[in-house]
Amino acid sequence: MKRVAICAVAQHEIKGNIWCKRFQDMLLDILEELQGETGFTFGGEKGVKNIITCSDDFFDARTISDNAVNDVVGAGNYRGEQKMAQEGLNAIGYAMAVILSGHDDVIYLAGHCKESLTASRNQIANMAYDPFYGRCLGLDYLNTAGLQARAYMEKTGITQEQLAKVVVRARQWASRNAYANEKTQLDPGDVLFSPVLCDPIRSLHAYPVSDGAVGMLLASEERAHEFTDNPVWITGFGNCMDDYFMGRRDLASSPALKKAARQAYQMAGIRKPPKSVNLVEVMDCYAHQQPLWLEGLGLCDEGKGGDFIDEYGPARYNVNLSGGMLAGRPLMIGGLYGVAEAVLQLQGRAGEHQAADVSCAAVQSTTGGAGQFQTVAVLER
Amino acid sequence: MTHKKNRNVGIVGIGMTEISSHKEDQNQPEMINEAVRAALADAGITRDDIDCVVHGNMELFEMIHQPDLWHMIGTGALGKPQFRITTGGTTGMTLIAAADNLVASGMYDVVMAIGFNKLQEAGSTTGGITNMADPLWYRHLQTGALTSTSANLSIEEFGKARARRAAMKHRIMMDKHASLNERAHRRFGLEYDQMEDLMKNSPPLIGELRLIHMCSQSDGACVMILASEEKAKKMSRKPVWIRDHIAVHREETASNAYFPILSETSQRVAARRLFARNGIDNPIEYFDVFEMYDPSAWWGIEWLRDFFLLEGDEAIKMVEDGDWDLDGKVPVNPSGGVTASNPISATAMLKPAEVALQMRGDAGTHQLKREVRHGLASGFGGVMWTELMILERDLNW
Repeated sequence: MKRVAICAVAQHEIKGNIWCKRFQDMLLDILEELQGETGFTFGGEKGVKNIITCSDDFFDARTISDNAVNDVVGAGNYRGEQKMAQEGLNAIGYAMAVILSGHDDVIYLAGHCKESLTASRNQIANMAYDPFYGRCLGLDYLNTAGLQARAYMEKTGITQEQLAKVVVRARQWASRNAYANEKTQLDPGDVLFSPVLCDPIRSLHAYPVSDGAVGMLLASEERAHEFTDNPVWITGFGNCMDDYFMGRRDLASSPALKKAARQAYQMAGIRKPPKSVNLVEVMDCYAHQQPLWLEGLGLCDEGKGGDFIDEYGPARYNVNLSGGMLAGRPLMIGGLYGVAEAVLQLQGRAGEHQAADVSCAAVQSTTGGAGQFQTVAVLER
Repeated sequence: MTHKKNRNVGIVGIGMTEISSHKEDQNQPEMINEAVRAALADAGITRDDIDCVVHGNMELFEMIHQPDLWHMIGTGALGKPQFRITTGGTTGMTLIAAADNLVASGMYDVVMAIGFNKLQEAGSTTGGITNMADPLWYRHLQTGALTSTSANLSIEEFGKARARRAAMKHRIMMDKHASLNERAHRRFGLEYDQMEDLMKNSPPLIGELRLIHMCSQSDGACVMILASEEKAKKMSRKPVWIRDHIAVHREETASNAYFPILSETSQRVAARRLFARNGIDNPIEYFDVFEMYDPSAWWGIEWLRDFFLLEGDEAIKMVEDGDWDLDGKVPVNPSGGVTASNPISATAMLKPAEVALQMRGDAGTHQLKREVRHGLASGFGGVMWTELMILERDLNW
């Protein structure tokens, strides 16, 4: 199979409330930064003809939310555009398909999400449940994650102290990442005694409300060199749907993630992930999800999340050096930020939080309650 | 320069629900499941043969956030790769274009695309669409898809009497086609001698747009299964091939809406580019059927000119001469079109579905008498977006 390159990425600084900019302004800044870096244009023989966006009608409170951004992603002047209406990592897989199909050789991809626009993101998540049972029960992504955390702690014996370590570490790394949202440094005690949000999840176990935007330029193997000397290759991609009904799922594990990871590793020709993968970005909306998703990615032994944290597994695999979701990323583009981070790391351009000798990154994201839908991409230098 | 895909992609399964204004007996996943089962049966395969599912709708109509998560109980996506891609009214065709890309890429061999809307649960489609406009400067001006702009332009160009008659003739022709299609939602049994009466007495909506001109609000789902050439030939006796597709957007800005800077419609740009890169010089000669997303009769007559790259009054003259009729030069909307049936996010998928059924000879009561080898299908959405797709019966272009 031919390879698809990510030539350049641009991240908007993440903040809890970017009140001084509309999401259109944020996307325009991203676009101008990328055009400045790569010199890409729209239209003509060589320019971008099709754009892939990522946004959400509920968070934007608009029907056809991509309509609102067509001008500022370059689609308005007779170009094509399609919107990935899932977490943005899926747009990476789709952009890869569009380029491999031969339909396009350059794609501009841009995603945005301003969680601060909503009165409550839990209220939006509640709308993801069916209006007959789930919604009336009050299900949302927080309380389903609470059930998941309880099941995972029950199964693995992972302790509150170990989960506190995850959060403390995330904030330490975030302080070195220019784009990260929440950089306040914490002691384990701060996490352990932070107010209970949804038992056993405490407020510091949960990702902070975040606004952000990400853009990137993707190109075919033949054309990547026109835009960069330092391409990062998407070598694997997979995604998978788990059951909607909580009672039919194994919440303490993630069969969907395992399947998505298997597809991605297989496409990338990776037989033993612990040997090949040396950088990881997981979408840890809640602290317990970091070890849980690492189990799903095959990097942490099943049920051994606690040991993994204590024995410096996160350091071994360079897990979430960006700070990850726990330092704040918007829900709908958490994985897209993960890709941007992984690309900078693989290009050796991550600055203060650059890891040494990284060559292969696994990026994971999830959509839905307790990780119902899972996506994995493998990126290589 | 012919547009070259990595590999050929064929339509191997088509399924659709009955389309109606209310589906009290089905919830959303159940409605989708009906179309999924029909498409699987049509392809002669089971859920196990599907490698990837593509799902799309406009979610604020049903007010379900990330509805694919709940709908998986009806889509059969459990344990499978899935994408959710949406683009407004064009969604149905975007999903087929996306499925085509996914299969052509070599990443997936068999992809099932699902488009639906259950607008009964929206209450008011126009309310939902108006919500698209920018809250700072546009929302209070927006009237959803209800607009007289297209009618005003036609009247300015062709005079009141001629333009009004052409739009009404197109509308009645659509109803005559719909009356032959047992799946069509609105089938009024209109006759051409009712033209004057309808032009005067159909309830006015806005300006020159009357209720009879406007598309329906419908519930329904459409599912299509696409497969790689190798698999398609094994699965189906009559695969229909997706030759090429193009998406063209036009800006939503005040200046463009009121003082056209981008002078061409997205319909004309899409047609011009798509035909050029496929070496089609005379679309009226080439195509045996055109399924057009015509949200109103006024848009219908305007866009026929653009899609076939006609000038002046050529398209309206063809309306007057019956050239778009079932036995005309290019039969337009044998399905009855969007004024008859409009489950929005399935609507633009019903277009290529109808073309494919006509090519296979499986359109039943409304099968065209002529041989259908080359087909064109369009989708409309966003503000002024177009998706245009060429379908072929034979792999010989």
